[in-house]
Amino acid sequence: MSATASETPLIAIVGNPNSGKTTLFNLLTGLKQKVANYPGVTVEKKIGECYSQHGKKLRLIDLPGAYSLNARSPDEAVLRDVLLGRRPETPRPDRVVCVVDSANIERNLYMVSQVLELGLPTILVLNMADVAEQREWRIDAAKLSELLGIPVVKTQAVTGQGLIELKLALSRDDVPATKWQSAVIPAGVRAALEQSRGPLCETGAIHAKASLLEPLYLLSDHDPTHYGLADAQMNRVHELRKSIDAAFPGWEDDLVAERYRSIEKLCAEVLKRPDQEKETITTKLDRIFLHPVLGFLNLLLVLGILFYLIFRVAEGPMGWIEGFFGDLGAWVETMMGPGDLRDLMVNGIVPGVSGVVIFLPQILILFFFIGIMEDTGYMSRLAFIMDWLMSKVGLNGKSFLPFLSSYACAVPGVMAARTIDSPKDRLITILIAPLASCSARLPVYSLLIAVLFPVGQVGAWAQAGIMLALYALGTGGAFVFAWIFSKCVMKGDSSPMILEMPPYKRPALKSILLLVWQRAKAFLVRAGTIILGISILIWAASTYPKTNSENKSLQLANSFAGQAGHFIEPAIKPLGYDWKIGIGLIGSFAAREVFNSTMSVVYAVESEDDENLDPLRDKLAAERRSDGKPVYSPLVCISLLVFYVFAMQCVSTIAIVKRETGSWKWALLQLGYMTGTAYVLSLLIFQIGTALGY
Amino acid sequence: MPSTLAELPVGIDAIVQAMPTGRSCLTRLREMGIVPGTRIRVTRRAPLGEPIEISVRGSQLSMRNHEAAFIAISAA
Repeated sequence: MSATASETPLIAIVGNPNSGKTTLFNLLTGLKQKVANYPGVTVEKKIGECYSQHGKKLRLIDLPGAYSLNARSPDEAVLRDVLLGRRPETPRPDRVVCVVDSANIERNLYMVSQVLELGLPTILVLNMADVAEQREWRIDAAKLSELLGIPVVKTQAVTGQGLIELKLALSRDDVPATKWQSAVIPAGVRAALEQSRGPLCETGAIHAKASLLEPLYLLSDHDPTHYGLADAQMNRVHELRKSIDAAFPGWEDDLVAERYRSIEKLCAEVLKRPDQEKETITTKLDRIFLHPVLGFLNLLLVLGILFYLIFRVAEGPMGWIEGFFGDLGAWVETMMGPGDLRDLMVNGIVPGVSGVVIFLPQILILFFFIGIMEDTGYMSRLAFIMDWLMSKVGLNGKSFLPFLSSYACAVPGVMAARTIDSPKDRLITILIAPLASCSARLPVYSLLIAVLFPVGQVGAWAQAGIMLALYALGTGGAFVFAWIFSKCVMKGDSSPMILEMPPYKRPALKSILLLVWQRAKAFLVRAGTIILGISILIWAASTYPKTNSENKSLQLANSFAGQAGHFIEPAIKPLGYDWKIGIGLIGSFAAREVFNSTMSVVYAVESEDDENLDPLRDKLAAERRSDGKPVYSPLVCISLLVFYVFAMQCVSTIAIVKRETGSWKWALLQLGYMTGTAYVLSLLIFQIGTALGY
Repeated sequence: MPSTLAELPVGIDAIVQAMPTGRSCLTRLREMGIVPGTRIRVTRRAPLGEPIEISVRGSQLSMRNHEAAFIAISAA
């Protein structure tokens, strides 16, 4: 299991959420990181490399933040399973670095004590030493080291203080075994755990050599699906837990109390707190940020800044990207001879790549902003303020962050739902997240609003008003569906909303930038390839099969895309759409923003000359039906806009929902309820509007 | 003196007396440091009554009245 001396040792970094663990990991490894997912779950696996103070190569693994080895979420289950050596693809770490928030040492020592009992060589890091000093908490690190029998290092991850001492500790070949005495398990419970070992081994749920801790954590995990056990094994776990619960009511709670008694004894020797809690910067700031009126105004200001950054500041870089790819397309056109290949480049690949890269500014800004909010500690305050509202629709304050993230992109939003402990709240949040108008809808909204209100006819405020109404519509829809799901569809109690309010601290910018970079890369690789691939497919679908006809309109009608558009036309005609819009809708099921590139491909292919630099909106506005009326009448534009607010048209989201919920069932339910709502509402709008004579 | 944490006024110290056992939602609160005998204080209530923010063992946690009502307290 453990590496031999010649191999690179694997060191796990563990700690409570908000202990500054990941900042420390980033500081140690820098850019030498690999980010992937643990197979079967969407918990991020971060492995990095660094060199010890003596130049020895080390491998570091940043395990998810957790409060206890008694797992309550997939994140915590991964931590426990890696430390127990239960995950086949991840070797059991050779050493552990336990990162502790010094200003919250008592609570943090809870998990430290559990980790120490696993028997792995452990180094304790007292992080955020400055916050503890502000509060005038005196921690005797030498005494703590002596009592626990392990190296203890004080650090300040944000400034990098104590990093050399930590690297020195990592250089030690011999990390002594701990002197920590395990909290006593009462004899009866111990015997019951010993007894359950046999049946669990029989089913293969644990190894014969596993310590008593494995049955303990298996039986105290209230959602053992985390383990990836077979049904038979799971039934056995449930049976065994029932019998222990019956024989020793409240046994788990007694173990917790017992553990805290040991920790209190330890803290009495190493921790001196002032009799009166000191007024800290956190208490002062909270008086403003959590003030009934000021706090809410501040929240509006924060969200205002966020939206300003995403929608105004991002505009500049987005314009440059657009201009660059426009020039590139024109340049390619002059460089290549006419033919299919040039066509592919100019009408398929270049606009496709452009359509991917165009979103980077917004994504970078959003993740940077969220990173700042999380790292400073403001995100918890935001959840605190929003909890009441979210509870009215059956969710909790923690759902706010994933939902907010979904305004940029539902994919990270759905992934962020992992932070919600309650499986029910998490599932509902995932189901409604794509109703937040994501940035992929923004280009479609902008395009259609521009067609609806041609430039100069009305002020920018009218366009902004429609935009706002679309966002409100999606948000309102999300709340309505959250309420419906929590009341009618899903049974089961919501688990409690327990939120930690960490002290405010200076954000670790480098760490945030690294995260932003990793997210952006993931977007380019994951979503980008899909969007590019679809763009090329759509170009091909609208170019082949070739007809001999010189009439490009006829050519398009005969192409695969035209045939598909014609095929769905009967279904979408009552909504006011023609078969060309049908092609756009089909393309949009890959990703919504593909509507724009599809329509530009559709109309560029159709146009008489190869002139594709005209703004797309002019082409749409100029489109006429056979009777001479505009295809994109105001009513059709509104019907289309409402369709885009509600319809589930994003394969990336479908894929991530399937992965996050572990089944196609929820992904398909989401596809069905969202697209069904979109269809019905757009139908009502067009039919009622037509009947009223618009 | 009120009998549960949900009724405890802001800023008054209290001691946790008892919590019902065997509820998984309360086990997590215990693991976060709220066990019988612990000193506890409500530091703030959200404008509409919940959630509440409490101070325990030097950390700040927030929860709703529903959970707080399970936590029996006595005067410090």
